[in-house]
Amino acid sequence: MEEIESESCDDEIVKKIMHVMRAAPHGTIYTYEGLEMILIMAAYDQDISVAFIDDGVYALKKGQNTEGIEMKGFAKTFGALDGYDVEKLYVDQISLEERGLTEDDLVVDVEILSSAEIGKLMTEQDVVVHH
Amino acid sequence: MNIGILLKEGPYNHQAADTAYKFAEAAIKKGHTIDAVFFYNDGVINATKLMDPPQDDRHIASRWAHLCQEHGVQMLACIAAAKRRGINDDVLIDCGTITGLGNLTDIAIRNDRLITFGD
Repeated sequence: MEEIESESCDDEIVKKIMHVMRAAPHGTIYTYEGLEMILIMAAYDQDISVAFIDDGVYALKKGQNTEGIEMKGFAKTFGALDGYDVEKLYVDQISLEERGLTEDDLVVDVEILSSAEIGKLMTEQDVVVHH
Repeated sequence: MNIGILLKEGPYNHQAADTAYKFAEAAIKKGHTIDAVFFYNDGVINATKLMDPPQDDRHIASRWAHLCQEHGVQMLACIAAAKRRGINDDVLIDCGTITGLGNLTDIAIRNDRLITFGD
């Protein structure tokens, strides 16, 4: 009986996959194409998390207006990730502080962690993809 | 060990394509299996056979085709990233495939490691 159960578990591997957003939302395409990757992976029932570090924290900043650069804004999509069952959003505290930001400046509820805590989470992942 | 590679930078502009290739070569030599190289972001430009570098320079697209033909490594370019950058089936390297990010997800799930190269 136990063997059968463990076999059925093997069929549905759930991996811990962390996406690390490190760049400002505009200026390069890394953040936007990273978001596209997150949205696709979210459909595969994996244990997905997203960490925002360095300029990556700007991706979540409220009140972005991209009209002047004629690019699509996507902060709202980050804000709606829980609708795709991506609920583990981690923000590096020092990265926020260095940029004069607080949790109130962000479009979505996040877990604010120290760099060491985010580092520890990274070591627990099966896959880490940086963007 | 079974390994997937994610390459996020274009050829020549950035060393990531060279490092990823050297890594794949060395891993295969050590007896590991490289399941696939997945091109994303500007990395999709690695998949065009139209590149034509000077003869005394390495031919990066031919390297990928070689890795595929000699060692059965899948060469996969993300369709959304490829369409943005003008990469389609007409210009694709021999043995390359344009595919979706779902395929990358499967690569991440089924391999022991997914190793990312790029900024």
